[in-house]
Amino acid sequence: MTRSRRRAGALSLVLRQALLCLALIVAFVPGAADAEYGDVVLNRFAEKEGMRPVIFPHWFHRIRFRCKVCHFELGFKMRAGSNEVKMNDIIEGRFCGMCHDGQLAWSVENCDLCHSGKAGLPPGIFGGHETLGPGRW
Amino acid sequence: MCKTLSVTKSFLSRQLPALLWLCLIALPVAAQQTWQPIAKDGLRDPGSPAVKLLQPPGEALSQFAPDTAGNQVRWVKALEQGQINPRSSLRTETNVQTYERDMFLNLRGGMPIVRFPHGIHTRWLDCTNCHDNLFRKEAGATKISMFLILQGEQCGVCHGAVAFPLTECGRCHNTKREDALADLEQEAAKSGMALPPKLPTAMVAPERKAEPAK
Repeated sequence: MTRSRRRAGALSLVLRQALLCLALIVAFVPGAADAEYGDVVLNRFAEKEGMRPVIFPHWFHRIRFRCKVCHFELGFKMRAGSNEVKMNDIIEGRFCGMCHDGQLAWSVENCDLCHSGKAGLPPGIFGGHETLGPGRW
Repeated sequence: MCKTLSVTKSFLSRQLPALLWLCLIALPVAAQQTWQPIAKDGLRDPGSPAVKLLQPPGEALSQFAPDTAGNQVRWVKALEQGQINPRSSLRTETNVQTYERDMFLNLRGGMPIVRFPHGIHTRWLDCTNCHDNLFRKEAGATKISMFLILQGEQCGVCHGAVAFPLTECGRCHNTKREDALADLEQEAAKSGMALPPKLPTAMVAPERKAEPAK
């Protein structure tokens, strides 16, 4: 009687600790196939025009430019999906074209470096996790 | 039957310390920062030439002050410590503005008070990015709501999208209510006035004597 109870106690302890171990590991390992935090998909026009959607990585750009450069000087609205960016704008030096001119950054001839997204991606911001907010615009 | 069980039991009880040690070792290893390569980010078309040419995030981001959330980089720390030196403007004639005053927000709420640093925000952003569209300039004029923030409005326009995510409650709700009130009372006493019995939701925070150690 006492022995079987002790046995059950020891087993449940092991089980509890194994579960805790598993939970901790799951909690700290990020999910596979995740977009980098702040990646933006621009696809209001790209796919309709026969190009892959554009993937804009915030992380790469913010190492080099403060937010205010694009969101104040260049006039990009803060809300993903609210900017109408056409190739013509870029060629004429507006939006991305302010830097992507072949001098400061690669020029518009390198279509595939920006137009690199999977078919059918909706415009918006990706890599945001844990909340229902901006990731769902 | 009974023998098998007792063997299993003794095996497990002998292995228990080992299991616990495994957990302790596995935890920091698992908690290490990891970034997806470009081809596995779920957004890039694996057939696109960009996959082979673009810099993988881990190559750059692993060099900066580490974090457990978002890009797994403490962007403000990276900026303050000079690990990154991003440009503030492209044109020389652009007026780059900063503003240093801290604000106490959420003075009537239940959570710890928010000490909002204008300084850190204006090193990245321009005043017009928030004022007067997301927030009116007068303290307390805009009702700030966690519900809206979680929906991606107000602070949630950036926090949860590009700035540290909304899981990091304590980074904004960073000041004990009694500490904030003591600071405000001290400041009010200096100017010979008393704090109103019903506080506004937001007030200018008195300047800090010294920056707390980070």
